Amino acid sequence: MESTLDIFVKAIFTENMIFAYFLGMCSYLAVSKTVKTGVGLGLAVVFVLGVTVPMNYLLENYVLKEGALSWLNEDYGVNGSNTIDLSFLSFIMFIAVVASIVQLVEMLVEKFAPALYGALGIFLPLIAVNCSILGGALFMQDRQYSTILDATSFALGSGVGWFIAIVSLAAIREKIRYSNVPPALRGLGITFIVTGLMGIAFMSFMGVEYGKKEEAKSNTESGGAVETSQIINVKQVN
Amino acid sequence: MSTTEEKLKAPKEPLFSKKNKRLITDPLSDNNPITIQVLGICSALAITVQVEQAFWMSISVIFVMVFGNLIVSLLRNLIPSRVRIIVQLVIVASLVIIVNESLQAFVPDVSEKLSVFVGLIITNCIIMGRFEAFAMSNKPFPSILDAVGNAIGYAWILVLVALVREVLGSGKIWGANIFGNNLPGEESGLYALGYVNNNLMILPPMALIVVGVIIWVQRSMNKELVEEN
Repeated sequence: MESTLDIFVKAIFTENMIFAYFLGMCSYLAVSKTVKTGVGLGLAVVFVLGVTVPMNYLLENYVLKEGALSWLNEDYGVNGSNTIDLSFLSFIMFIAVVASIVQLVEMLVEKFAPALYGALGIFLPLIAVNCSILGGALFMQDRQYSTILDATSFALGSGVGWFIAIVSLAAIREKIRYSNVPPALRGLGITFIVTGLMGIAFMSFMGVEYGKKEEAKSNTESGGAVETSQIINVKQVN
Repeated sequence: MSTTEEKLKAPKEPLFSKKNKRLITDPLSDNNPITIQVLGICSALAITVQVEQAFWMSISVIFVMVFGNLIVSLLRNLIPSRVRIIVQLVIVASLVIIVNESLQAFVPDVSEKLSVFVGLIITNCIIMGRFEAFAMSNKPFPSILDAVGNAIGYAWILVLVALVREVLGSGKIWGANIFGNNLPGEESGLYALGYVNNNLMILPPMALIVVGVIIWVQRSMNKELVEEN
C-alpha cells in the first residue's frame, strides 16, 4: 500500500501533472514568460487544487458514487434494494464545484488576505478553466483514494509539481531570450521542445519505487530494469 | 482578428460566401488552434500515442464544439455577461456527459484508454475560447462553421501527431503492424532485418517535441507566422 507521503512525492515527480499528463498546458505556456507571473499562477494552482480536490472527494464519496447515498437510507446503498448511482453526473458536479469554489476563494482571499490577493490577483479567475484542477478531481475519482487525507496529499503534490514545472520553464524562457534560436522556432516552437526535454529529464524519477522498502533492498540489481520496462508498458496502455 | 470583420458583415449573403469559407479554412493552417493559437493542447498531447484514440478524441471534440457553439450562439442574447463562464461550462459539461456515455456504450475499450481525458474536454481551451471569441457575438450559422473549422484544425494535428508516434513508436497504424511482425523469435518484415521500434516515441515528452517540430515546419513555410521572441 502507498502511504500518504508516497502519494505526495509521486504526484510531484513521477506523475507530474505537466510532464506526464500535460494538464494545464494552456496557461502553463501562456503565463510562463517571466518567473514572477509563473510563481503567482503556480501558487494559485497549489491553493485551488488543495481546496477543490478534498471538496470533490467528499462529493464523490457521499453523493455521486454508486451506493454513496446510503447515509440517507439503507436502501440506497450498494447492497440495498434501491441502489442509486449518480456517477454520470460527476463531470457537471465537479466543474460546478471548481467554478464556484474559485469564485468563493477569490472573494475570501480578497477580504481576509489582501497581500495574497495582490500576489494571486488576476490568476484566480483563470484557474476555473485550467485543466489541471478538473484533472485533479477526475484522477482522484479514477484512482479511488481510500481517505480524504490521501486525496488531499495527492492534490497538494500535484499542485507543487505544477508549481515546480512552471517556475523552471519560466526561468529557462527568461534566459532563452539571449540565445540564437532559429527564427521559425522562436516563441512557441522552442517552448514546446524545451518542455519536452524537461519532461524527459523528469522521467528519470520513474524508477523510484514507492512503499516497499524491504523488498527493494533485496532485489535492487534485478528489480530496476524490470521496473522500467513495466512502466513503459503501462504508458503504452495509457 | 476575424471576429471584428464578422461584426461588420452585411446582413444578406450567400450560404457559403467567401467569409464563411474562410471561417472553415483559416483554422486549418494559418490560424490553427493548436500550433498558432496554442489552445486545447492540454488534452491533445496525452492521447496521441495511438491513432485510434486520437480519432475518437477528435470526433468527440468536433461534436462538442459544433453543438456547443450552436447552443451558445442561440442563447447569446439571453446569457448575462457576468455569469457567462458558468453558463458556458454547464453547456460544455452536459455535452461531454453525452459524449462520455456514448463512448462507454459503443467503444468501451477506447473509452477506457481515454479515461479522464474525455472529461477534460470540458476545460479544453479551444472550446471555451471559441465560445468567448465567436459564438457569443455571432449568428448560429457562422458559429457552426467556425466550430467545424476549429475542431477540424485541432483534429488533423492530433491525428498527425498520433500517426508519427504510433508508426515510429510501435510500428503500427490503428493497431495493425506495418513493418511486419516483431514478436520475439518470429520476426518478419523490417524487424527481421534488425529494425527496432523507438520506444521513446511512446513516452509523453515526445508528444511535445513532435508538436514543436510541426510548428517549426509550419512557420518555416509561412514566414509571417514567425514570432519576435
